[in-house]
Amino acid sequence: MSDVAHEGTSGGPPEAEDTSWRKRYWKKNLRLMITLLVIWFTVSFGFGILLIEPLNNIVILGFPLGLWFAQQGSIYVFVILILVYALWMDKIDDEFGVAERNEEGGYK
Amino acid sequence: MNETQFWTFFFIILTFGIYIIIAWRSRVKETKEFYVASQGVPTLANGAAVAADWMSAASFIGMAGLIAFLGSDGSVYLMGWTGGYVLLALLLAPYLRKWGKFTVPEFVGDRYSESVRIVAAIAAIVVSFTYVVGQMAGGGIVFSRFLGLSVEWGVVLVAVVIFIYAVLGGMKGITYTQVAQYTVLIIAYLIPAFAVAYQTTGIPVPQISYGQILAELDSLSVEFGLNEFTEAFSGRAGGQIDVFLVTLSLMLGTAGLPHVIIRFYTTKTVRGARYSAFWALFFISLLYLTAPAVGAFTKLNLLQGVQGQGPDSLPDWINTWAPTGLVTVNEDVETIGTVSNLATSGADLIVNNDILVLASPEIGGLPAPIVGLMAAGGMAAAMSTAAGLLLVISSAASHDLYFRVFKKTGASEKEQMMVGRIAMGVAILFAIWAGINPPAFVAQVVAFAFGLAAATFFPILILGIFWKKANGPGATAGMLTGLAFTGTYMIYTLEVFGTGANDHLFNVSPEGIGAIGAAINFIVIVVVSKLTAPPSEHVQEMVEDIRYPQTRKANVRS
Repeated sequence: MSDVAHEGTSGGPPEAEDTSWRKRYWKKNLRLMITLLVIWFTVSFGFGILLIEPLNNIVILGFPLGLWFAQQGSIYVFVILILVYALWMDKIDDEFGVAERNEEGGYK
Repeated sequence: MNETQFWTFFFIILTFGIYIIIAWRSRVKETKEFYVASQGVPTLANGAAVAADWMSAASFIGMAGLIAFLGSDGSVYLMGWTGGYVLLALLLAPYLRKWGKFTVPEFVGDRYSESVRIVAAIAAIVVSFTYVVGQMAGGGIVFSRFLGLSVEWGVVLVAVVIFIYAVLGGMKGITYTQVAQYTVLIIAYLIPAFAVAYQTTGIPVPQISYGQILAELDSLSVEFGLNEFTEAFSGRAGGQIDVFLVTLSLMLGTAGLPHVIIRFYTTKTVRGARYSAFWALFFISLLYLTAPAVGAFTKLNLLQGVQGQGPDSLPDWINTWAPTGLVTVNEDVETIGTVSNLATSGADLIVNNDILVLASPEIGGLPAPIVGLMAAGGMAAAMSTAAGLLLVISSAASHDLYFRVFKKTGASEKEQMMVGRIAMGVAILFAIWAGINPPAFVAQVVAFAFGLAAATFFPILILGIFWKKANGPGATAGMLTGLAFTGTYMIYTLEVFGTGANDHLFNVSPEGIGAIGAAINFIVIVVVSKLTAPPSEHVQEMVEDIRYPQTRKANVRS
């Protein structure tokens, strides 16, 4: 489940809590965020603006490819990126025990 | 009353009735319900509400027409107004939800200082207000065209319905009416789009099939003196660099606009805020992916309809729209040789961007009930956005200004509700007045609200969350330089406030300047924060705390 070494479980009072998990949680969050933002930039500003002219030489189903990225493709990718973020963060939350689920497994 | 008017009345009365029933069922008593719907809005419903809140009269009525004439460069709006949601979902929504409370100014007040809160509250009111005026005017156009009502009565009628559900139900009433409004507007947008796509190409999926007509559209466009639809950087004078900066400004502005951010305060959990962002963009994308197709198909139908025709033998829809002044025909020519969307172009046929969508069922020859549905959809788009904006104005005026500046302590729950409702009522009265007498510069200012939001709000929110050392003096200085820089360039290049328009510097249009303003804002915050004392321990603790959805449970392994 986790790639880091196991540590003693901390069930003690909050002031005695081991907070080193926080750094690892935040680091995983940032890494995911940056990866997704790189894709976000590539499809929109990369394919849809900076490289639109060369990509327009490729035509698929009548669409010049650069135009397709600028008007369709980038939007599909944006929707998928947010979904991947939400799903992946669920996994990270579970792993670090900060998921917002009650004991019955539902969400509060 | 003709058949179109009958169906328009039918759909408008039906939908308005639904909104009022929802409002009555979700009326509220407490401030928490009034401002954030008790933080009990289910994810899917919140997504639909964000989408309705977001998609304004401009998105519904204006965008496809704009893209039809801008062609490839219309993608600045498509990418700009959707890509911002990625930033919102990844960088802002979950953290602001974790922090909780009611408004955006309240967050910056807690995070930085009281003076930043007041500046932010005033900015939120100004930005939201310019927007509301556009919605009111949009509603007026729909009424005057479809029902033959005067624009004045149209605006008043829209305002009364919004007043009922916004004052009764606050955020809760607004949220659930927005869910209904989203449903109406998306059905109204998609049905004619699918029908036109099927008629033209035999494939009823406009997003896929509009590729097939692009080659024909390009050659017809050139024939009528317009740019090719598919040619990049022909629609905007500034070319590639301008397209880049405008897209970026719109994205950053989208992520910084208070009426969108505030909606993420209403979910039950941080997790709910993440999924709300997904549903929101999913619902928005249904319209945004369709808009370029609607633009392309309608333009093709329009050009084919007038090809080789003289002023006397033009299609019927031109006559029905002529009284609005949004279509003008040069009666002196033999055949229509040139078409344009610019009033000053001197073309034989001039069609305003704003009517392309509303007229698309008629241009495509679709039956009367669809035309009526279209009108109800346009109204839904205008009203849902107006209501969301009015809530921001009301909350900023009462929660962030009145109870912070004039009456700091001792306000009872009942009194706070009363002031919130009065602020909402006053805002609606102002909106009626401005909707009937729209100031000339409003249309332009709305477009630039994004640049201003990008250059002021976005950087202080991002650094407020991701950099613990960002402090009050830094945020104040950053916000003011961002505003001054961006505002100055807009005034320099635009004939808005009675000043002359100067040439664009380095091909940067005033719509794109917000991205540079945001960069300057970022730099100023970092430099000033480094030079002054860091924020208090308490504030840094708060920033640390919003990073984690909830306290850690015992017995976890990593």
